[in-house]
Amino acid sequence: MARSDVQLMLDVKAGDEASFDFLLQKYRSPLVNFLNRMVRDTATAEDLAQEVFLRVYRARKQYTPSAKFTTWLFRIATNLALNSVRDNRHRRMGISLDAPADGEDSAPMELPARDMRIDEHMIERDRAEIIRRAIWSLPEKQRAAVLLHKYEEMDYEEIAGVLDCSEGALKSLLFRAYESLRVQLAPLVTQPIGQVRGGGGEGRPL
Amino acid sequence: MKNCEDISKGLIAYLDDRTNPAERRDVEDHLAGCPACRTRAEEFRALWKVMEEVPAVEPSFGFDARVRQRVAAEPSRSWFGWFAPQARFALSAALLVALTVWVAKLPSSHPQMPAPAPAAVAASSDQDFDAVKDLGVLEDYDVVTNMDALSQLVPAKAPETQRSDSKQTESND
Repeated sequence: MARSDVQLMLDVKAGDEASFDFLLQKYRSPLVNFLNRMVRDTATAEDLAQEVFLRVYRARKQYTPSAKFTTWLFRIATNLALNSVRDNRHRRMGISLDAPADGEDSAPMELPARDMRIDEHMIERDRAEIIRRAIWSLPEKQRAAVLLHKYEEMDYEEIAGVLDCSEGALKSLLFRAYESLRVQLAPLVTQPIGQVRGGGGEGRPL
Repeated sequence: MKNCEDISKGLIAYLDDRTNPAERRDVEDHLAGCPACRTRAEEFRALWKVMEEVPAVEPSFGFDARVRQRVAAEPSRSWFGWFAPQARFALSAALLVALTVWVAKLPSSHPQMPAPAPAAVAASSDQDFDAVKDLGVLEDYDVVTNMDALSQLVPAKAPETQRSDSKQTESND
């Protein structure tokens, strides 16, 4: 029978290094992806993901299963990512207030006009990059909420635990974030789903 | 029927299919009568599909090795290893203790020790009694010594004060 994450972590606490390796294999990819979407730099994301695992290892003796393991794991990751983004922003501001920089302090995202054909725009810009930039342009907490909801598929209770807010506040946060993305990505979104991927919707039918 | 603002919180949960029957009914009633929210709901669903176009990245080849390397570099968990990160603190504490012991063992050059209570003196050993029996003389000596020091510090001023102090000292003697 497969051991739960909590049990694996308790085994790490008891000195079982193989259980730590198991957790590393299980969460390396989700963590690197989450952090990459948060900080929008692969090298930084990998450094931060290593730091997350190191902190988990260092804290193993004090570990008590008071919450889901993933809540704890992604809370560490989110805090590290937010600190990294803020430090990076302050560093750039220290260099020059007028200096051009990529990321959220850069020039406004280049978006296709609503009436523009997507394939025309695709000549200049990759769709995935447009979506990444739109997500990146969200305020940090909204960005984290969207990434945990959409890509990590966490439930509301767990995301609220990671972001340290109520479920009600989280639902409002998610609504505002998706509303912002809906407007920003309108040219992609308004294209019929069948033309985008050839698939249908998900969840409940409207 | 709830308005658009009321429904906004429940809309995401409705699209996720994570509402209770009452909440679902509220959202469905609203959507049935509100074309704007119905469009929004359809576009949210399309947005989620579009967001899947962002490809996932894989950690680089050396990622696991680097994590293991950093974990291996962590101090061991033996009792000595537990103290290792606090080495500077431990050294400081040891030096403080050593200094305290050294100072305590120094011969006392200052005669102004508080006089022990009579009951305590009676209960102490003979040696202790010998040490304190001439305390009155020592206190007088201290007063005279201090007066000399004062006269050296302010020689021009208050000769009368010195004289009166000397008289008082003599009377004390």
